[in-house]
Amino acid sequence: MSGAFAPAPGRAPLRTVVASQIRMELTLTARRGEAVVLAMGVPLLVLLGAGLTEATNVPGDDRLAFVVPGVLALTVMSTAFTGQAITTGYERSYGVLKRLGASPLTRPGLLFAKTTAVLGLIVLQLITLAAVGLAVGWRPHLGSILPALGVTVLATAAYSGLALLMASRLRPEATTGAATLIYVLMLAAGGIMFAAPDLGTFGWFLLPLAAHAEALRETLSYGGSVPTAIWLSLGTWAVVFVTAAARTFRWE
Amino acid sequence: MTDAVEVRDVVVRYGDTPAVDGVSLTVPRGRVLSLLGHNGAGKTSLLQVCEGFRRADSGTVRVLGLDPMGDHDALMPRLGIMLQSGGVYPWATAGEILRLFASFAATPLDVDMLLDRLGLRKFERTRWRRLSGGEQQRLSLAVALVGRPELVFLDEPTAGMDTEARHTTWRLIEELRADGVTVLLTTHLLDEAERLADDVVIMRSGVVAATGTPAELTKAAGIDLLEVRADPGLVPDGRLAHLKVTEPTPGEYTITGALDAAVIADVLSWFATKNAQVTAVNTHRRTLEDVYLALTAGEKTRVYR
Repeated sequence: MSGAFAPAPGRAPLRTVVASQIRMELTLTARRGEAVVLAMGVPLLVLLGAGLTEATNVPGDDRLAFVVPGVLALTVMSTAFTGQAITTGYERSYGVLKRLGASPLTRPGLLFAKTTAVLGLIVLQLITLAAVGLAVGWRPHLGSILPALGVTVLATAAYSGLALLMASRLRPEATTGAATLIYVLMLAAGGIMFAAPDLGTFGWFLLPLAAHAEALRETLSYGGSVPTAIWLSLGTWAVVFVTAAARTFRWE
Repeated sequence: MTDAVEVRDVVVRYGDTPAVDGVSLTVPRGRVLSLLGHNGAGKTSLLQVCEGFRRADSGTVRVLGLDPMGDHDALMPRLGIMLQSGGVYPWATAGEILRLFASFAATPLDVDMLLDRLGLRKFERTRWRRLSGGEQQRLSLAVALVGRPELVFLDEPTAGMDTEARHTTWRLIEELRADGVTVLLTTHLLDEAERLADDVVIMRSGVVAATGTPAELTKAAGIDLLEVRADPGLVPDGRLAHLKVTEPTPGEYTITGALDAAVIADVLSWFATKNAQVTAVNTHRRTLEDVYLALTAGEKTRVYR
């Protein structure tokens, strides 16, 4: 056995390192399958409840055109923000992040792997929910799908940044509480089940969920374009919180 | 070639309380250095600075010639780090965890070999949170070694292990050393330090209390002890003035000082001149434990000389 431990240090190609980490993130996500289903449960209920019944007042006469894009936006927030904040908070308290920090995985590598895994999960969830929407009668304009994807990527980045920022700053229990509270507040005030409070352009900057939902409505439901104020709002959110997360992210 | 670890005048404070208060030490390449001390002596805090998890409040640390914080990305692939506890996804299996860290390395060790060597094969499909403390420790050790590091930091490597696992781990660490890996480990186990370490640094309350090889620490002049059983009440005279003679119980004499063969012969002939009936003679070599206890517990224990 002599020589079995002879040093031969070195980092695998960064692509391999990050790919392994993405695989691990996805494996663990799949293992928490019930959490993923649950994360889709609320949006699904909202879609069917508010979309098909008169339970709430929605603007306009096409209920699904209003509700389905809102539900898609809600799902993005649920996974990229609430889910990720809670998971990362606990990973920190378990010392997982510290352990990864003591490995050849770099900080940008970890953040990239986390974001990619979250994006993959979001794509799956959005396809499922959109399919349910189509099945019950939503008729989207596929010609406007590119700007819709654009705002979705911005929203994902903003939510991820805020999630990682909170997980860096707060204890895991506090992160879980705050992330859930923000989710509920956004669900109530974000213009998903009923119209958002009309705060004008300011509202887009205050409520990214409302901005994202409105952008998806304008594009997917009505075949229009994304209002400039919404591009600016989601762009600002993304830049501010991704930068803040990258600055404050700690291994320990 | 630079030393594997160079620590100079490092201070680590938690608030106003210094956990490490001006420690310097060097780990030469290919050697095993054991940081020995009670819980709270500052061992883990010092290790955290070496691993780049904490910045020293003052002083400098170079690890493989690099700055552990500034050169984090360049340094990590060359190190194997075993944390004191936790650090693993609770829902991942032992096999998945080890393979994840193996995949981070350019030329990792064979995962199956490591699982077998550390007795983890039957836990390959067991999730981390279902492993016992000792099994988690063994997996943490495997994670530290899988990347074929040139320097490993082991924080209390055998804590929570049963006797068999402890001996397996010791053999593994001896094999690491034989293969040219540098090891810096912390422990509060004296037999662990005595068996594994080329060099021992004893820490007490954040400072270095003693440094040396186990042999140096135990054989310094005047540390031997001679016990003689003879008639009670003999009063030592000038001939034994250079030694310390006590009679803790009547008829049981303990003599400490620079005891070589000539001195021992002299002591015994002194008893002979007193016409004493000598019924037993014992010599004791001081163990690392004696040194450690003397250094860490102050005057409460026997301090020779």
